[in-house]
Amino acid sequence: MARALVNVPANARRGDIIEIKALISHPMESGFRVGTNGKIIQRDIIQTFTCTYNGEEVFKAKYSPAIAANPFISFSTRATDSGEIVLAWRGDNGFEAVETKQITVE
Amino acid sequence: MMRPRRLRMIMACMAVLLAGPFASGDEIPLAARKSGSEFMSRQTQDMQNDDTSNPAMLWVLEGETLWSKPAGTANKSCSSCHRDAATSMKGVAASYPAFDETSSKVINLEQRINLCRTEQQKASPLAYESRDLLALTAYLARQSKGMPIEAKDDSRTRPFREAGEKLYSERVGQLNLSCAQCHTDNWGQKLGSALLPQAHPTAYPLYRLEWQTVGSLQRRLRNCMIGMRAEPYAYGDQEFVNLELYLMWRARGMTMEAPGVRP
Amino acid sequence: MKRVAETMLEPTRRIFILRTGQLGLGLVLGAAGAQRARATPDMMRQLVDEITGGKPMTKGKVTLDLPPLVDNGNTVPMTVSVDSPMTDDNYVRVIHVVNEKNPQPDVITCTMGPRCGRASFATRIKLADSQKITAVAEMNDGSFWFDNADVIVTLAACLEDIL
Repeated sequence: MARALVNVPANARRGDIIEIKALISHPMESGFRVGTNGKIIQRDIIQTFTCTYNGEEVFKAKYSPAIAANPFISFSTRATDSGEIVLAWRGDNGFEAVETKQITVE
Repeated sequence: MMRPRRLRMIMACMAVLLAGPFASGDEIPLAARKSGSEFMSRQTQDMQNDDTSNPAMLWVLEGETLWSKPAGTANKSCSSCHRDAATSMKGVAASYPAFDETSSKVINLEQRINLCRTEQQKASPLAYESRDLLALTAYLARQSKGMPIEAKDDSRTRPFREAGEKLYSERVGQLNLSCAQCHTDNWGQKLGSALLPQAHPTAYPLYRLEWQTVGSLQRRLRNCMIGMRAEPYAYGDQEFVNLELYLMWRARGMTMEAPGVRP
Repeated sequence: MKRVAETMLEPTRRIFILRTGQLGLGLVLGAAGAQRARATPDMMRQLVDEITGGKPMTKGKVTLDLPPLVDNGNTVPMTVSVDSPMTDDNYVRVIHVVNEKNPQPDVITCTMGPRCGRASFATRIKLADSQKITAVAEMNDGSFWFDNADVIVTLAACLEDIL
């Protein structure tokens, strides 16, 4: 299981814009690099990142090999209701990582 | 891509050799010392200083898990003996390399961890630059963040430190360069487009953007030696540990930033 | 640190320059033989045309924040923000980031909406060389806005895989 470092505020006021920040362990091997044996190192990247808030998709990113290793993303969303914020990364070689955070909205 | 880069790097080394101010032999005054982070762009400083964006924190997080995970035939974890790292390991990384009674040698943090593994946990030692060893050292170093570097200076450690100092000022490799020529005599100058820092190990293990991963001080020292066209010492060699000790002593009193970020 | 006498240093330098020259030539020839895939400014324009469907785009509303001079092209912090109220009837639908000289012209595509509250995101990208980067925002009314940034990528002096 990949390591992810996710920062979602635990509490927010209804209507507030909250910032979500996430780091995940991943080599983001571009598929353009040549190894010491002279052969191309096979591509291994995260292709998509999605954030759903109580089941509704609020932000999605499509990654290319130009995203740096151990990808970082930050974006915002409006705190609507208490519930679950789910971050998911999917990529080459069946890579999948899911992180779930609870938020309380008053 | 990489090859023209190498050519440029070689030319950069030549430029320093031919044009740099000359070796003075004088060590940087204590008050004039600067951490490598002061030579970085604001963006890279921000990346280091914000825990939620510092990529090395991924290793710290993993180290925290390993700290309480039993290993070896003794089925003990680090926390079985040392309990809460936040208290027991506070300041420890800031005072390594340190003298080891059993071997009568100075050892570094990686070697200390591996001694615990082989002696206490009855587990196999972790390889240098393995994810687990980097994670554990990053987690330990994190417990010293913000504390001053404390290199012991006593009759037992002094011979090792002096051996390290000798290595620091000795010319080696095909480029016939010493550590001191770049980092004591020419710090602040450019090597290619990169600023030469003063080589204070304030932030190891650190996430180097060039590596796209976390690495140890010895990995960085190997880089320097390869750049000087010298045969690098093997990981864990006493020469490297002595050099680490000298560098820590040279940076005594400076603030620990680990786990750091560097270009 | 004692400085080596000039008389001793000179021949070393000469030999060094000679050897470096020979080595350098070999490296340049080697690089030319490798023929790496690489995007071109034309490929970037083509991709932008695909994004906009040939519609005109206007400079403005979008702010592409990249350091003008970066420490290392492997990890370049980037923030894109768009001036938009992000309400149900006035919001940013997609932000695309494209480049001129990486192996591929696309960098990242972010899909967002009114639920975001703010039209901005930050990430870290790889840049193979000094080049122009463009961020294109597609609004809910079908209009396209953009911003450019020129970045100079500097190189680390001491590379590990040099030998």
